[in-house]
Order: sequence, then structure tokens, then C-alpha cells
Amino acid sequence: MASRKPPTKAQLRRQHLEVAVQYPMDWLEERSGLIGGIKYFLFRNVPSDTNWMQTLGASTLTAFIVQAVTGVILAMYYQPTPQGAYPSIVRITDHLTLGWLVRGMHKWGASVFIILMFLHMGRVFLFGAYKYPRELNWIVGVLLLASGMAEGFTGYLLPWDQTAYWASVVGINLNGTAPFLGPWLAQFLRSGQEISGETLTRFYSLHMLVLPGAIAGLIGLHLYLVVRLGVTSPPWSKEAAGRERPEEPSDLRQGLTPPAATGSGGSD
Amino acid sequence: MEPSENGPDRDAAHHEPSPTIYPLGFAVGIAVILVGLVIDPLLIGSIGAVITIIFGFLWIRDAMHLHHEEEVAVEAEKRDAAKAVAEGRPVPTAERYPRSRFLESMTVGLGALIGGIVTVPVAGFALLPGFVGQGRHKVDLGPLTDFPEGAWLIATFMVDPSIGEVSRRTAFVRNNGIFKNEPSFTIISNRCAHLGCPVQANGPIGKTSRETTANGPVRLIQTSPAGFGCPCHGGQYDTEGNRTAGPPVRALDRYAFEIDNGRLILLSTFSVSHVDGTGAQAQIHKYKLTGPGEHVDGPEQWFYPIQPPHH
Repeated sequence: MASRKPPTKAQLRRQHLEVAVQYPMDWLEERSGLIGGIKYFLFRNVPSDTNWMQTLGASTLTAFIVQAVTGVILAMYYQPTPQGAYPSIVRITDHLTLGWLVRGMHKWGASVFIILMFLHMGRVFLFGAYKYPRELNWIVGVLLLASGMAEGFTGYLLPWDQTAYWASVVGINLNGTAPFLGPWLAQFLRSGQEISGETLTRFYSLHMLVLPGAIAGLIGLHLYLVVRLGVTSPPWSKEAAGRERPEEPSDLRQGLTPPAATGSGGSD
Repeated sequence: MEPSENGPDRDAAHHEPSPTIYPLGFAVGIAVILVGLVIDPLLIGSIGAVITIIFGFLWIRDAMHLHHEEEVAVEAEKRDAAKAVAEGRPVPTAERYPRSRFLESMTVGLGALIGGIVTVPVAGFALLPGFVGQGRHKVDLGPLTDFPEGAWLIATFMVDPSIGEVSRRTAFVRNNGIFKNEPSFTIISNRCAHLGCPVQANGPIGKTSRETTANGPVRLIQTSPAGFGCPCHGGQYDTEGNRTAGPPVRALDRYAFEIDNGRLILLSTFSVSHVDGTGAQAQIHKYKLTGPGEHVDGPEQWFYPIQPPHH
């Protein structure tokens, strides 16, 4: 491909720039395959009639990332001791630069996270997106919901004020009224017969290590299944109902359709 | 899942069991149990249990039966070693337990062992400290002269001063005077028997006096309650701690006490189903301490057969 005219200066500069940008990407791709992997993850084919409601899952993920980031920063200033917890919360809110903002993001973001989880679940339910072959992803989602609620419960104690204390007393005793193992569960949560400093450190550990770890792992599994199984069409989709077929069949669902159906052409 | 045109739809057969009435019967059984729990747990409850078990059994048998039908008998493949030699094919060696498999299972087994060695003590450390060595506490509330006969006092004190304010508790104390040559006290815990909120005295609050004892600062607040009420969900109790209204499942817990050198010492708490009579003549129906919201009598007590260890 020899060009008739010699390239202009601007074109040359552009070529150099492209090489400079491309080189590190190629370097990384050759050694890890990460670029291809990210492209595979982000630039998947989705049904052409997807709906805005299908952005709720990504919104929930974003809310979780906000919680994780603000939580890590709050943990730099928070002191999980009976004497130190409330004063450190006051210090974060009233004295440290931008502390009020980050704590506010974490506190209100918690509600946003829970609300978005429910909206996302409602969308999946109403779209019938929990049906075969996506049942397992619904189950993973339920575990995520439970972990998210547990995050809310354990996080509520941490400000260590009267509201936090008595809400946790009631919450733990509610667990205690479960038949048979309830009293044992309550005593585990309290780390003893009565609420003490150990309850606070226990909830802190669950809130910032155990549960976020579980949620991160479950989100990984959740997304893996989304990528593997593909995105569902809305229930009103004509395409999914087979009434309007795209010219080329999407290869997304290969392996999911029964082999017999592939060779037989249109089924209507 | 789209049904395919050619051939019998095998997938549909896999995923949709033929409809049966057994789940319906099972559900009816559960419904009868629930109704029975309200009306007559022994008779109607057990009728429901029988219905549930029978239909549950039939349902499971039905489900198992469906799976059995799908089984296809395949004859095991056989190879003739002599024929293989004749045809010049390699004969599989008769190594029953190859080295690779041994190494595989050793790796997995060793990994499991190391995992177990690490996990067991760590899980124990996470679970056991909350259950073992739950110490008894004695709380010194001060000299008996602080408790005039017949008067209610709201006492706040620290159960364990070494862990600080988080161990602060409240009790309603009334000196009932001398009964059968022994001092009598009514000492009611303010932990609501519904979900553990702090119960308040329904009445005017008087003077506060402070005392410093072996348990650190103790506050005694005069009051003349008509009963006790919980701010959280509206549970109400009379002055003996009997539930009079609202969601609590039993009477308020009480403190055992002793008199030591003329001082009132609080011992452990115990649970109370109800109290007959009042003051020194009260007959207290005592139970081992249980958590709020847990029944100590009636059929519901069977939901809480084993309590975790505590003082």
C-alpha cells in the first residue's frame, strides 16, 4: 500500500502517536491476554431491544464500589473501641476535611445500594430473566441481597450512639427469637451474653472484611454468569419470540439452543 | 427455551415433570398444621402432620419415580486383550493404582489436611470465646439505708467497671421490708421481654442520689411508677413486671440479690413467666435466664430447647 503522496507532517505525528499508544497495549496483551479479556467482557453483543431497566445491575455495582472506596477511607479514621468509636465519628464528621462528605456518601450510599438491589431484583423478576438457564444467577443474587442486608445491619452499630446501640440490641434479639439456633446465633453476634466492646469489633470485622469479601466474590460469580449466559431480551421482545429474526443469528446463545433447532431454519 | 420441530422434545420432558396432586396435598397438610397451632395443636396439629408426611412421602416417591424412568441401561464396553495383541494394538497395563493418581490424591489430601489444621482453630476462635467463660458478676448497689421501705428507685450501675459504660444496666428496686425475718426486695431488670429495649418507669421522677461502690458510680433515682412501659414497641408491664399490654412474651426479668455486710448486692438475672401477688408475698414463677422474645412457658417454649451457656 504505497501512497501516492508522501504523508504530511500531521499524518506522521498521528502515526507516531498511535504507535506510542499501541505499544504498551500490545506489550500487555502479548504477556497476559488482559486487553482481549477486557474487550470480551465489555464489548459483548446484547439483544438489540434491551431496556434502560437493564442498567440497574450496573448501577448496583457502582453503588457497591462507592461503598467500598468510601468505606476504606473511613476505616483510616474510625476507631472500633467503645471509648473511641463515637468520638472518632464526631471527628470525621465535624473536624476532618471533607470527612462529612465521605461519611455522608457512605451513609446515604448504603440506602442507595439496598434500594438498587431491590429495583434490580424487581426488573429481573418482571422480565422473567430468572428463568432457565439463569436460575443459578438468581440464587447468587439472593445471596448478594442477604450479604448486603447483613452489611447494613453490621454497619448500623458502628457510629456507636444511642440509635446504633439500641437498634443493634433489637436486631440481635430478633435473631435470637429464631427457633432452636436463634439464641446461639444471638450470642455469637454479641460475642457473649451482653453487648460489649467485642460486639463492636466483631461487627466492624464482619462489616469491613468478611461481608465485603463475600460480596466481591459473589459479584464476580454473578458477572461471570451474566457474560456466559448473555443478556435477556425484554418480555415484549419480538426478536426473542422468534417473530422477527435478525439477519445473522447471534452467536451469543450458541450451545444453549438445542442442536436440532440450528439446522431447521425458522420455526414459525 | 424454544421447542424444536424435529424429533420428540426431550428437553421439555426433562424439565417439566407431569403434574401431580401430591404437592397440593402437602400444602393442605401444612395449612392444617398452621390452623391446628391456633385451634388445637395436639389434635388438629397432628392430623395436619400426618397429612403432610403422607403427601410428602408420595411426592418424593413420585419425583424419584420420574427420574428412574429416564435411566438408560448401557452395557459396559469390553475389550479382549488377546485379540488386541493379535491386532497389534497396545494392551492396557493392569496397573490398578497408577502413580499419577496416587500423587493426585496426595496433593488434594495434603491440601485438605493443611486447610483443616488452619481452619479448625481459627473457626474455634471465632465461635467459642462468646460461649465459654461467661463470668458471673456481683454488683454492689450500696448500703441498705439508701433503700427506704416501700419506695421505688431506678438504679443504674456498671456490671463490669473494667469494660466501662457499655456495661451500664438499669434495675427498678423496691425495698419490701422484712418478711419472715429476712429482708425482701423486688428488683426488676429494665430489659424489655419483647426485644430488649430499655423499659421506663411510668411515673414521675424524683431526686437523684449518687453512691460510689466497688462497682464504680451508682445512681439511684426516686420514682413512683404505676407500671413500666417500653418506648420501642409499646410493651406495658405492671409494678411486679407482669405484662399487661403489647408484644412482650413474658414478665420482666429479675435480679437475684444478697445482703452482704448491710449492703445490697445484685446477683445474676433470671427470667420470669408471671408473678402472682405483690411485694414480699409475690409468688415469682422463675425460669433460667433466656433472651428477650423467647417464651419460657406454653407450647412455644419448645422452640428454645437448649440455651447457650451463660451465668
